[in-house]
Amino acid sequence: MIVIESLTKHYGPIAAVDGVSMTIERDSITVIVGTSGSGKSTLLRMINRLIEPTSGRVLIDGRDTASESGHRLRRHIGYVIQGYGLFPHRTVAHNIATVPRLLGWDENRIRPRVAQLLEALQLDPAVYSGKYPHQLSGGEQQRVGVARALAAEPAVLLMDEPFGALDPIIREKAQDDLLEIQRKFGTTMVVVTHDIDEAFRLGDRVAVMSAGRVLQYDRPEVLVTHPADPLVARMTGSAERAMRLLSLTTAGEAALPLTPGEAGTGGPAVPASASLRVVLSELLWHGSESATVIDGDGTPRGRLTVAAILARARAR
Amino acid sequence: MSSPGLLMRRPAAARHTAVLAGIDRLGALLTLLGAAGLFLLPFVLFKANRIVPGDSRSVAQVLPLWASLGFEAMLAAVAAVALLIANGPLRLAAALGGIVGLAMALAAAANALTPPHNIIVRVAPGGGFWLLAAALGLLATDAITRMRPGPGVRVLLLGLFLGAAGLALTHGTFDNVSIVREYSLHASAFALAARQQVLLSVGSLGAAVIVALPLGILCHRAPRLKPGLLGALNVIQTVPSIALFGILMAPLGALAAHVPLAAAVGIRGIGAAPAVLALFLYSLLPIVANTVAGLKRVSPATVEAALGMGMTRWQTLTSVELLLALPVILTGIRIVLVQNIGLVTIAALIGGGGFGTFIFQGIGEMATDLVLLGAIPTVVLAFSAAVLLDALIEVLDRARQ
Ligand SMILES: Nc1ncnc2c1ncn2[C@@H]1O[C@H](COP(=O)(O)OP(=O)(O)O)[C@@H](O)[C@H]1O
Ligand SMILES: [Mg+2]
Repeated sequence: MIVIESLTKHYGPIAAVDGVSMTIERDSITVIVGTSGSGKSTLLRMINRLIEPTSGRVLIDGRDTASESGHRLRRHIGYVIQGYGLFPHRTVAHNIATVPRLLGWDENRIRPRVAQLLEALQLDPAVYSGKYPHQLSGGEQQRVGVARALAAEPAVLLMDEPFGALDPIIREKAQDDLLEIQRKFGTTMVVVTHDIDEAFRLGDRVAVMSAGRVLQYDRPEVLVTHPADPLVARMTGSAERAMRLLSLTTAGEAALPLTPGEAGTGGPAVPASASLRVVLSELLWHGSESATVIDGDGTPRGRLTVAAILARARAR
Repeated sequence: MSSPGLLMRRPAAARHTAVLAGIDRLGALLTLLGAAGLFLLPFVLFKANRIVPGDSRSVAQVLPLWASLGFEAMLAAVAAVALLIANGPLRLAAALGGIVGLAMALAAAANALTPPHNIIVRVAPGGGFWLLAAALGLLATDAITRMRPGPGVRVLLLGLFLGAAGLALTHGTFDNVSIVREYSLHASAFALAARQQVLLSVGSLGAAVIVALPLGILCHRAPRLKPGLLGALNVIQTVPSIALFGILMAPLGALAAHVPLAAAVGIRGIGAAPAVLALFLYSLLPIVANTVAGLKRVSPATVEAALGMGMTRWQTLTSVELLLALPVILTGIRIVLVQNIGLVTIAALIGGGGFGTFIFQGIGEMATDLVLLGAIPTVVLAFSAAVLLDALIEVLDRARQ
């Protein structure tokens, strides 16, 4: 758990971050979203003390981050930035091994860890270990950046616009992979983005920042249904609001129980992991009134109707 | 109906340019240069002793008819390759063959003009020889450039060139050529001068690196200091070298007179101390400027990532920033080393030693051969340093980009 207590950073007369307090739960993804210059990066970099706060403090699992030197603190916090900042003179394996080396790990422990991470990020170790960053595509560089940040098994991972340099199609895949990694390693992640769609896609909780302050910090659906500030309402989008809400719930979560004898009769089959937005689109396309929700192994788990989905799209 | 007539002229014009395009431009220029050397300027100068002005002799005047015709035919063949053939290795082979032939002709001319056991007369290479040598040398360099050899091959070629030159000098074939004769008169002084030349240029470079690297890092970290510091170093750079030697002589002389320790470690108003100090001062600007430029080239994201991973400032500087800036820093070091090797010759004026000793002694005695004995090794040394450092820079840059 990360506790941020009235954190402030002044640059001359400007307050880049102005008295921010928030609590970030363990094993969750928290997204900080806001326009450019709203103070997101400054807030993130005060968590690992790349920037020293003017006032306020940060506690990680109850321990004040100011209680040890900055570089030691940072060795236990993963950090990914836009552009990735891979070391161009070092191979992929050498890049990933950076923090374990700094921590003095044994080579016999580093090598399998590097291979494990490359595999977790769908990069064949035999192919990629010896490559240099300039030989990789943007998506591959991004994954190496994440692998490097996770190398020493940090409990916390900070990411500043980690997908900003990727084109839209690769970006969606990278976002899915990140969710997968979060489930697999159970890391507490704090992600900065200016893209509200990305925030809604990734965040268990989303903080909306403007002019150095956090306007609202809550679950995404609450931001849509009960915006605390006109700016939050504008960002969550009046026109797209209903659809956005649907995209936050999966078919599995919303599925109605199967009534006996009804299984398999109704319309297209949709995976339980698909969002209601996708299911609705699918139903409209097929001109069907109901769909069957199936598990990963194909067994029917429930059903969804257009009416049931529309009911969920209304403001509560 | 005049347009068909216009159109019909075109193919002829096109054919004309096609023939011209088949002729190598550089080859044409070098052929003209070589021909001028061969027909208009003396091949060798014959002197009754080492300081009188020489009498001009052409190849035809000195060598037997068959030899001079053979020599001219050989040069014509080289010219044909230079003009018509684009293939790099062939051009290089032709140029090297031409150089060997030229050297043999010089040795033969020297032997023919020198009476047996006479060590008073001098046979010096004339303007014609030098022009031919320059044309062939340029042809060889161009051929090597066309072949785009890797850094390893270039260093190997340099080694072969130096080895061949050394062998030719010690072998005895050229003993009657004036410069070699001058060398044998000054053999031990030559070895000393070579040592001094290398020591002074490399020593001042080393001292400059030790000072300039931190200054460059400082300028990078505190950009406010940069204009002032680079400005000051720029001013030093504009002081002519002889003036700088002069400026340094007085304070160093005073230092030696009043501080016994300074005198004891060899600091005097003249000699190596002001020479090294002047070269050191000249070396600062290129190294500081290139260190700043090299560090600036390192992407800010890379530095932020290094710090974000938990590297200390020092680790970030040494294992990321400086390593990535190294090719650019080495480029500055290359500039300085080549510059220093040349400037050390002037240091001989204030007793700094080195090859300049021969040059100034030669000028004083009006002995051109002695001047060349100082000048040629200086050029070879500077050239070798440039080739070696260029190769090193390329190797490092390749691994990183
Ligand atoms: N080193 C700095 N010096 C002065 N102002 C800064 C500095 N870093 C950031 N700022 C200012 O602080 C504000 C917040 O910056 P930042 O946290 O980078 O915003 P974001 O990441 O949300 O785009 C901006 O107005 C920016 O200009
Ligand atoms: Mg930012």
